[in-house]
Amino acid sequence: MTVTAEVGAPRRRKEDARLITGRTMWTENITLPGMLHLAILRSPMAHARITRIDCAPALGQPGVVAAFSGRDVADVQGSLPCAWLVTEDIVHPDHPPLAVDEVRHVGEAVAVVAARSRAAALDALAAVEVDYEPLPVVLDLEQALAEGADLVHADKGTNRSYDWVFDSGAAGTGGSVDEALASAEVVIRRRYRQQRLIPAFMEPRSVVVDPTGDQYSIWSATQIPHILRFLVSVVTGTPEQKVRVVAPDVGGGFGGKLQVTPEELICFVAARRLGKPVKYTESRADSLVSAHHGRDMIQDLELAARRDGTVLGLKVHLTANMGAYLGLVTPGIPLLGAFMYNGIYKFPAYRFECTGVFTNTVITDAYRGAGRPEATYAIERLMDELAVELNLDPIEVRRRNWIRAEEFPFTTVAGLTYDSGDYAAATDRALALLGYDELRREQAQRREAGDPVQLGIGVSTYTEMCGLAPSRVLGSLRYGAGGWESAMVRVLPTGKVEVVTGTSPHGQGHETAWSQIVADELGVPFDDVEVLHGDTRSSYKGLDTYGSRSLAVGGIALYQACQKVVEKAKPIAARLLECDPADLEFTGGRFQVRGHPDGGKTIADCSLAVFTSHDLPDGVEPTLDADAVYDPVNFSFPHGSHLCAVEVDTQTGRVDVRSYVAVDDVGKAVNPLIVEGQVHGGVVQGIAQALFEEAVYDGDGNLLSGTFVDYTLPSAADLPDLVTDRTESPAPGHPLGAKGVGEAGTIAATPAVVNAVVDALRHRGVSDIQMPCTPERVWQALQSASRSDQQGGGS
Amino acid sequence: MARISITVDGVRYDDDVEPRTLLVYHLREQLGKVGTVVGCDTSNCGACTVLMSDPDGRLVGVKSCAVLAVQADGRQVVTIEGLAGPDNTLHPVQKAFHERHALQCGFCTPGMIMAAVDLLTDNPDPSDAQIREGLEGNLCRCTGYQNIVRAVRDAARDLREAGRSAAPAAPTPLAGEDETPDSGLPREQVPDEVIPQPVP
Ligand code: FES
Ligand code: FES
Repeated sequence: MTVTAEVGAPRRRKEDARLITGRTMWTENITLPGMLHLAILRSPMAHARITRIDCAPALGQPGVVAAFSGRDVADVQGSLPCAWLVTEDIVHPDHPPLAVDEVRHVGEAVAVVAARSRAAALDALAAVEVDYEPLPVVLDLEQALAEGADLVHADKGTNRSYDWVFDSGAAGTGGSVDEALASAEVVIRRRYRQQRLIPAFMEPRSVVVDPTGDQYSIWSATQIPHILRFLVSVVTGTPEQKVRVVAPDVGGGFGGKLQVTPEELICFVAARRLGKPVKYTESRADSLVSAHHGRDMIQDLELAARRDGTVLGLKVHLTANMGAYLGLVTPGIPLLGAFMYNGIYKFPAYRFECTGVFTNTVITDAYRGAGRPEATYAIERLMDELAVELNLDPIEVRRRNWIRAEEFPFTTVAGLTYDSGDYAAATDRALALLGYDELRREQAQRREAGDPVQLGIGVSTYTEMCGLAPSRVLGSLRYGAGGWESAMVRVLPTGKVEVVTGTSPHGQGHETAWSQIVADELGVPFDDVEVLHGDTRSSYKGLDTYGSRSLAVGGIALYQACQKVVEKAKPIAARLLECDPADLEFTGGRFQVRGHPDGGKTIADCSLAVFTSHDLPDGVEPTLDADAVYDPVNFSFPHGSHLCAVEVDTQTGRVDVRSYVAVDDVGKAVNPLIVEGQVHGGVVQGIAQALFEEAVYDGDGNLLSGTFVDYTLPSAADLPDLVTDRTESPAPGHPLGAKGVGEAGTIAATPAVVNAVVDALRHRGVSDIQMPCTPERVWQALQSASRSDQQGGGS
Repeated sequence: MARISITVDGVRYDDDVEPRTLLVYHLREQLGKVGTVVGCDTSNCGACTVLMSDPDGRLVGVKSCAVLAVQADGRQVVTIEGLAGPDNTLHPVQKAFHERHALQCGFCTPGMIMAAVDLLTDNPDPSDAQIREGLEGNLCRCTGYQNIVRAVRDAARDLREAGRSAAPAAPTPLAGEDETPDSGLPREQVPDEVIPQPVP
């Protein structure tokens, strides 16, 4: 159909030109006439009543124009929105952007100073006087749920936000898990902890609000300009058409910028109050302590199986830390995992329960993978434990349970219909790339020889649901928005093309990938396509970028808009060629009379004819522009097999990832270069959870990992060379066959690494290590295993 | 206020600064060099990396959030905005980052590229392990570093094949001092030959 074949080519990115030369438009770069700089005073207490707050002393400081606290704006600041109230009776406390009477986590905003410079605003913060009366601090999830516990929100009478249950017996998607457990020959019971993580995008969040002119203009380092516009309007009562939101170049998000933040509303309120543009850019310390965190849950798991390795059922109970309030989609994050605990396996019974709990910590919310990494970790760790229990190879136990290629589409025990896949193909490829058998031999030799450095091999065969999402499904889960995406294609008079997308990229390369799609579908050069995004003035309709949805959903909208352009151009081309439209075909970017491969007319020819409109057929509207909005009918289900080999120094506990192989099946790749980059970044974030990162609060609720010294993102020196490859099961129903790829690596990697670390030490009696597997934790695990070994030996 | 004179990307700027002002904020807020960014407040991320001449006039990589503007007085500074040659010919490291898809969101990229230039100036033929060690002070959350390592390896090869050093041209002495205070804007268009360029 097309000759250019841009789709599938490893195109170098358009975005790079500005990013590698320092001509990028970050929000923090924006300076407007008369702009004031905001600094925000944050609570040093995890839980306290504000008995007195006085901003007046700050007003006398040099350069200070205004200072106010939550009390000053209590009636106009509104409450931060939660768009995913997962049950009817969910406990959902108010969440004022600036705390009014009480602070509930360290880092909560309590007062703001506006000054002529950033430095003057920061200096003046010290002059704001606040008296706090400490209240009991709630941190431990299980204590928070105990009878008579201290309360994060005294007026709510409980720290329990919600209980949510899925049961395959009740849902009719499978049997009863209790029966499965009762009849099982083997039951594996485990408790795993998903430690608290920090998304830690490299660009600190920044907001500029300009109240001058006809609209409030908000520039924000956000993933969700469209959702932000809608919610700022709702929360502040500002008519939606009076709010414009722009997400300029945004420096990473990973779910961390999928939020309506206190700072965005504080800037809005300040700009409205002061009549001047304002800017707030967070410091890294502010970011780590106040931007939402991710994960943080306890998983209690029971897996039922037969001795031949057949899994019979799985029961999951999650205790999930919400933090002190409910963020934009906080309660729904664990539920995104609810449908994935069965992984790639076809067992018949499943029950999932989740309890959301308030604590005096910053809110949790989306972080790359959001619910699905936790689910994948649980099932992939359990499959390894089952393999050990039955003395089977971990690959073999998976093989005995996974859905076979010929069984797709396959409806799982969680009620999802997996679209396509070939788990065996991806696994075989990964085994070959890693040199699995050879490594197993080396492992045996090192064990035999008592080598102080032991070798471990970890397996993770994952799938995930992405391409969020069919709007009806979201509705049934009580999510507050739809899951469609929009695209507009505008053909300019010279034949150049502007694409307006509702997606909001922040590193994913949509400008490049979307151009490739349009180039193929309209037969225009790649460089002739400009992709506009993230400004509600040009791109007024969209649902933004998260959940590996942009290509899986937005790509279809774009494809459909292109088809409409071709349909619109057809009668015009027919007029230019003096033929019947029915005789035309559009091939290789040209309209040609069927059977006459020479000559023909391009979209550019038609666009010029439309511009002049001197001789259009009767009744033909003089435009080639077209819109499409696509609502998916299903999720898409990428999958893959990740294998990891680690060396563990049993004397120091140090873990080195020696090799890592990722074979992913993301359907057809529009741009394999970008796909590979997404896998690299995703895998490293997954490795980081396994080995390096943890947000830690002390007993008083102070964030100990409040700088990059203590919250240890891996550097290049901490990481191995990654080997990546792909298998390809095209997504049925997607005209390009593409699935999502943004989160796959993160979902897959964590269990692969932890399985490898445990595998290295299994012969020493270690069966679990709490993440992150730091040298200290590994060493401790070895010590306690050898202690219990000795005790066991003596009894 | 202290009077300082810094040549940034080949243009001399004379300004009065508060002694506590960090070089990175001076670059961004006074000089409009917003290509250099701030990613942390503990000198951990490297996003702010620029090249600055040492007392011997040699350009070395520094974290501009860890240098006071007054410490840069009399020095040459090269930022990401001044790295490309005339007619915007990309520096081989910039080119390799593009070719190898070594950036996603691009926020770490200015610092990462400057750090890579610094690394290759010191060691024109690094092993992968040396590249990883050499970039340890620069964090990237998007790429997993894999393609950054590949890009630096490629750039090293291209520079060696071209017989060039990675360093931009040697710093030129400051132009004659002008006593009149200025607004912080460049006082004159600097002739082409003092724009830092890769040595041919
Ligand atoms: S801004 Fe992070 S090291 Fe300079
Ligand atoms: S490319 Fe985003 S932080 Fe490096």
